[in-house]
Amino acid sequence: MEWEIVIGLEVHVQLATKSKLFSGAGTRFGAPPNTQACAVDLAMPGTLPVPNAEAFRYAAMFGLAMNAEIGRRSVFERKNYFYPDLPKGYQTTQLAEPIVGPGEIEIHLEDNSSRKVRLHHAHLEEDAGKSLHEAVFESGQGMSGIDLNRAGTPLIEIVSEPDMRSAAEAVAYLKKIHSIVTYLGISDGDMSQGSMRCDANVSVRLKGEKELGTRTELKNINSFRFVDKAIKVEAERQIDILEDGGSIVQETRLYDSDKNETRSMRSKEVANDYRYFPCPDLLPVELDENYIETLRSDMPELPDAKAARFREQYRLSAYDADQLTQELATAEFFETVAKQSGEPKLAANWMTGELAALLNREEISIEQSPVSAEHLAGLIARLKDGTISSKIAKQVFEAIADGEGDADTVIEKRGLKQVSDTGAIEKMVDEVIANSAKQVENYRNADESKRPKMMGYFVGQIMKASKGQANPQVINRILKEKLDALL
Amino acid sequence: MHQLTIAEIIRGLRNREFSSVEITRQLLDRIEQRDGNYNSFITVTAEQALQQAGAADRRLAEGDAPALCGVPIAHKDIFCTSGVRTSCGSKMLDNFVPPYDAAVVENLQKAGAVSLGKTNMDEFAMGSSNETSYYGPVKNPWDTDRVSGGSSGGSAAAVAAQLVPGATATDTGGSIRQPAALTNTTGLKPTYGRVSRWGMVAFASSLDQAGPIARNAGDCAHLLSAMAGPDRRDSTNLQRDAGDFTADLNRSIEGLKIGVPKEYFGEGLNADTAARVQDALKEYEKLGAELVEISLPHTDLAVPAYYVIAPAEASANLSRFDGVRYGHRCENPADLRDLYMRSRGEGFGEEVKRRILVGTYALSAGYYDAYYNKAQQVRRLIKRDFVQAFEKVDVIMGPTAPSPAFGIGAKVADPVAMYLEDIYTIATNLAGLPGMSLPCGTVNNLPVGLQIIGNYLDEARILNVAHQYQQATDWHKASAA
Amino acid sequence: MAVDAQTVEKLAELARIAISEETVEEVSSRLGDVLQLVDRLQAVNTEGVPPMAHPLDAVQVLRPDEVTEPNRREEFLALAPQSEEGLYLVPKVID
Repeated sequence: MEWEIVIGLEVHVQLATKSKLFSGAGTRFGAPPNTQACAVDLAMPGTLPVPNAEAFRYAAMFGLAMNAEIGRRSVFERKNYFYPDLPKGYQTTQLAEPIVGPGEIEIHLEDNSSRKVRLHHAHLEEDAGKSLHEAVFESGQGMSGIDLNRAGTPLIEIVSEPDMRSAAEAVAYLKKIHSIVTYLGISDGDMSQGSMRCDANVSVRLKGEKELGTRTELKNINSFRFVDKAIKVEAERQIDILEDGGSIVQETRLYDSDKNETRSMRSKEVANDYRYFPCPDLLPVELDENYIETLRSDMPELPDAKAARFREQYRLSAYDADQLTQELATAEFFETVAKQSGEPKLAANWMTGELAALLNREEISIEQSPVSAEHLAGLIARLKDGTISSKIAKQVFEAIADGEGDADTVIEKRGLKQVSDTGAIEKMVDEVIANSAKQVENYRNADESKRPKMMGYFVGQIMKASKGQANPQVINRILKEKLDALL
Repeated sequence: MHQLTIAEIIRGLRNREFSSVEITRQLLDRIEQRDGNYNSFITVTAEQALQQAGAADRRLAEGDAPALCGVPIAHKDIFCTSGVRTSCGSKMLDNFVPPYDAAVVENLQKAGAVSLGKTNMDEFAMGSSNETSYYGPVKNPWDTDRVSGGSSGGSAAAVAAQLVPGATATDTGGSIRQPAALTNTTGLKPTYGRVSRWGMVAFASSLDQAGPIARNAGDCAHLLSAMAGPDRRDSTNLQRDAGDFTADLNRSIEGLKIGVPKEYFGEGLNADTAARVQDALKEYEKLGAELVEISLPHTDLAVPAYYVIAPAEASANLSRFDGVRYGHRCENPADLRDLYMRSRGEGFGEEVKRRILVGTYALSAGYYDAYYNKAQQVRRLIKRDFVQAFEKVDVIMGPTAPSPAFGIGAKVADPVAMYLEDIYTIATNLAGLPGMSLPCGTVNNLPVGLQIIGNYLDEARILNVAHQYQQATDWHKASAA
Repeated sequence: MAVDAQTVEKLAELARIAISEETVEEVSSRLGDVLQLVDRLQAVNTEGVPPMAHPLDAVQVLRPDEVTEPNRREEFLALAPQSEEGLYLVPKVID
């Protein structure tokens, strides 16, 4: 039997507003507990919400980036449930009339294929606070501590259609959302700090089947890697059950990254009934055509458009263009290097090669790279003008990464300048010829067509003698002259 | 001095006939001596009141006195008062001392008013008799075996007993107008959004509106001018400047068209009450007004629609009272569920629990369309009735309550009978219109209220219409005390 | 419309309000009375009538994105039944 996995994602993205969605409290990450929870956030009696304009602007920008319909009118509703991190006893969210309607984006897969994923909708809502379960308190054993700093932070919840068919597609979609929100500057997208969180609805069905299988919801998967692993392990679990003749229970499951398994969350005694209704403390928000058109014209260049431009303007391959535009910082880095060095192709090669390897090895982001765009541009310039060979360039790159300074400094300090001085090279050529009587003899006797290949030996010896610094073009020219003179 | 109206106090203070400290002290003494009979105050803030009065006297002396400088008032205990316990009539908030003021409290403070304390009310403003208060029922100064009406029964009784010349109140379904009617006071519920709801403990957010209770329409105008105004903290506020509601009081009402809805004089209305209201309408004719019979065909649906919408909103509004951040918490909760169940089970009274359950029911899966959505549709039909009526008439008049004050305990066992107390007042809350109640006579020495309903933002007009009646009649001057 | 005890218990659970065994019957009967009252709505034809969530057909005014609230943690925490180390305490939360 061949199975097909069907995945829909619900992605929560914290918006990078200065203040909360409904109050003027700050949203700085990592503040001491409850220091950014004002009377509104604490649901003190008589307090009222007033929505943040910037949150709407960000959400609408996101909608435009998703090629989605923007809700000209959106309505906040109350979602009722009790939880200590939810001070009002309801979450203010959107349901029937969300800010962002249906849309569509294209995701790019590693095999260079691409695929469309439909957006069901995206809505604005407030985040909850945090429960600290592990802490031990003097005044009460077995207590949890509640920090409401995060309560009321604006989120957009982005709900896809069940359009993804593999864990890899889900990851590609998530990365696309990540690059869009960071390009727009509406979120830092930091999954490790919870600025971006993902729930996955996973089901399986036999290939060719039209009906969707029973799905489970995987909660709060907090890294790209875990999204991949959690979906795979959950799909395997479902397939095992179905192949054994069992059936899937529709439920919420938690991914345990330590054990790499999903497990059922404690079932609630009473089924949830959220009793949504329009929030009577808030009025419908209306965005007019002008507002949306202004936003549209102010939109920054997005990843797909940038990739297309890179292919066109810098003659990059589709693969390189995609790689270099996934993150805005990478794209900006590339453009700086390309412009300063005048060698876009070399810039792309260095970034997808040496630089990517360095960042990977050090587990750092491009913003933290010890080799700056200016460094790399300088290095490429020296390569281009023949000061160093590509082999030496790699050495120089590592030295820059180690903090030895820019390319010129490293070349100077380490004396890596390529030798193009004809006299010096002539001397080396003469020495090598003198010490290689046998090879010279072979060269002389060889067929004309085989001679160029045989020159490799001499070049290698000369490079060795010059510690790699001799200019290979100059070596070639002089060597050929001298050897041909011996014929 | 306790008989003085707000207008008279303003004049007396400015003419140096007496000081704010003098009148404040006298009223505090009076509360101390008499309120045991009425139970109209939950908290009296004597020390703070005298401080405020002293400050007011200094400002009066310096000639820097705002409109209500030195005028003693009281606040319904639904308005948060910084540093002063705000109970909302509930055990849940018996220990709650907010570190912030309601907008209404701020505004009256800015206007120079002196607050004597916090008045009794039905728990979370849910009730029409003040019997649901954790602090016991308010007794009607006209007959202490009878209810004061509710939920602003404390404010109404305190004014009626001449413990204070005016008080703040709130009205979700009649909670200003019905107690005003039952205590021979004058009360105004403004247009929804006229007065900021910031810091006012919410019952039903789309219906709640604050307003004044005083001894006459002119005093209500003085209080409303101070209470109303724009406030960005309340998204449903109209963001309009209050203006001076006293400016139009003396305008002639010659030619005024008064709509008299036939549905307000049908079954369920006490015959004597009806007669007093008819007398008042005749008086208006004498003043040059014209009576026009109108129909508000969806009137009988107002109570059913209200008892879906208000409990639905309340069920969510009262979820914040969970024993975690403030308010009542049960002893030794076994677990989180137990903390919620018992804290809320103990902290809320029966009527509040009942309404939360009704609201939960109306919003729950499978019932939303049949109840909540249906009620909101009916609400629009009710609003349309009024909009059509106001195309033909300037104001609408009828009874405020179906009968005079009933005995304490008489309707406690029958919530539906209690709900029908608000049969004439509820529709204006659903529509968001302003409404007033003013004294128009008595039945067996119990006051009867005339209700005046105005068009949107027409408070100045209904105050004018009420004032003209009070210039011609003395009902509002009759005192229980 | 009558409300059975089971419904009352479900509602009480959703609303997190303890209702003692002895009072369940009374609560259900009162609740039934109220629902009977509101059931009058069912007779009205409301086809095509848009629901009205607000008395005024106004539009939301948005707030500029500014931090206006200072830290008042100690004042607020002083109101809490139980708190420690800047946190509100509740019986252990189990996911």
